[in-house]
Amino acid sequence: MAVIRCRYNMAPFSVGDRKRPGPDRRSVEISKITADALKPAVFLEKFPRSTIDVFIEILEAEGGTRCAGITAASVALADAGIPMRDLVVSCAAGKADGNVVLDLSEDEDKEGEADLPVAIMPRTGEITLLQMDGHLTSEEFDKALDLAVEGCKKINEIQKEAIKNRYGEENG
Amino acid sequence: MVNIVPEITRKSITELIKKGERADSRSPDEYRDVELEVGVIEKAEGSARVKIGNTQIMIGIKPQIGEPFADTPNVGVLMTNSELLPMASPTFEPGPPDERSVELSRVTDRCLREGQVIDLEKLCIIEDEKVWMIFLDLHVLDYDGNLMDAAVLGSVAALLNTKIPAARIENDKLVIDEENSIDLPIKEKPLMCTFAKIGGELVVDPSLEEENIMDSRISIGMREDGSICAMQKGGEMPFTKEEIRKAVNITSQKTKELREHLK
Repeated sequence: MAVIRCRYNMAPFSVGDRKRPGPDRRSVEISKITADALKPAVFLEKFPRSTIDVFIEILEAEGGTRCAGITAASVALADAGIPMRDLVVSCAAGKADGNVVLDLSEDEDKEGEADLPVAIMPRTGEITLLQMDGHLTSEEFDKALDLAVEGCKKINEIQKEAIKNRYGEENG
Repeated sequence: MVNIVPEITRKSITELIKKGERADSRSPDEYRDVELEVGVIEKAEGSARVKIGNTQIMIGIKPQIGEPFADTPNVGVLMTNSELLPMASPTFEPGPPDERSVELSRVTDRCLREGQVIDLEKLCIIEDEKVWMIFLDLHVLDYDGNLMDAAVLGSVAALLNTKIPAARIENDKLVIDEENSIDLPIKEKPLMCTFAKIGGELVVDPSLEEENIMDSRISIGMREDGSICAMQKGGEMPFTKEEIRKAVNITSQKTKELREHLK
């Protein structure tokens, strides 16, 4: 089985107060859950004794960087010609100002009541990443999860478009 | 990191350079295409994305209030830091900066500092207590040779593009006025020009394949008036005095051309 290694890294100038370079606890955790989110999609058994490195560089952060990272990484894996069961697409829902909303911005995340990043494989709808922090009732959770999955499906169209634009529909 | 270059590649590049030609059909004193874009990162107070050929660096500037160094109590601080991202090259590894990264940030820092890009005395807010510290981060996105020239060009462009909040003293208290930002006090615009010595000849702006086989390398930093502000020799083989003089001469011409991109 191949091994997928991820490195999620933020540029020092990507956030308001300069971030010290190098991994911190947050980026190490995001690196791990990113690898876990991508693994189910890749035919790892096709590449024994090999490593697939995924590097995610956040140049500017305004909320939702882990979702953007996973979404882009899966397109990059496809671009690298690595066989996959499906693309992985990620999007967050959450609760801000009492409402369940899609794709929290930085301010909504800071001020909001809950954040729920989700990644799915859209063909089957299987969930490969799920995190939550904050406070949601189970009704709100159901609503947020449905909303996040809907968001993922929309972003998946953009992913497919990006690949078609590069390789052309007939060659795809 | 040992770079293994096939003998046939080494030979063909060297033979071409001996004839005054290059593998990518440039002339010996010709740069690759230079692209420069400023203000690309909203979150940074100043930023630039520079490309020389396929070499690509993102530069971000962040100011912070800090304490001055004890020996220069009335002078602001410029800190240059670089990260050679693993995605930029198979030879770059994650982890603490290696010697190439340290050399890049130190040479860039030297060229900017000695070239007096910023009037650092104007960044002093309260002598001995509060000064602006300007953090300059080089984020190397793609490595195809000649990082130093790209780093210096992009850094100067990013510093020119930087706005810092106005800071003043009111009733013995430091007031940071985020509403009113000011340009950095720019003094000079030094730039850097790098040469590789291959087959006894000098070529400007070495590509990665040229860097992999070069005998030695020299980088020269120059201000607009043609004075030299920084130099760094790299590689295993020596230079002659004449070669260095020649490089200095070409640098004054080439930095003039590069300076056009800052306008």
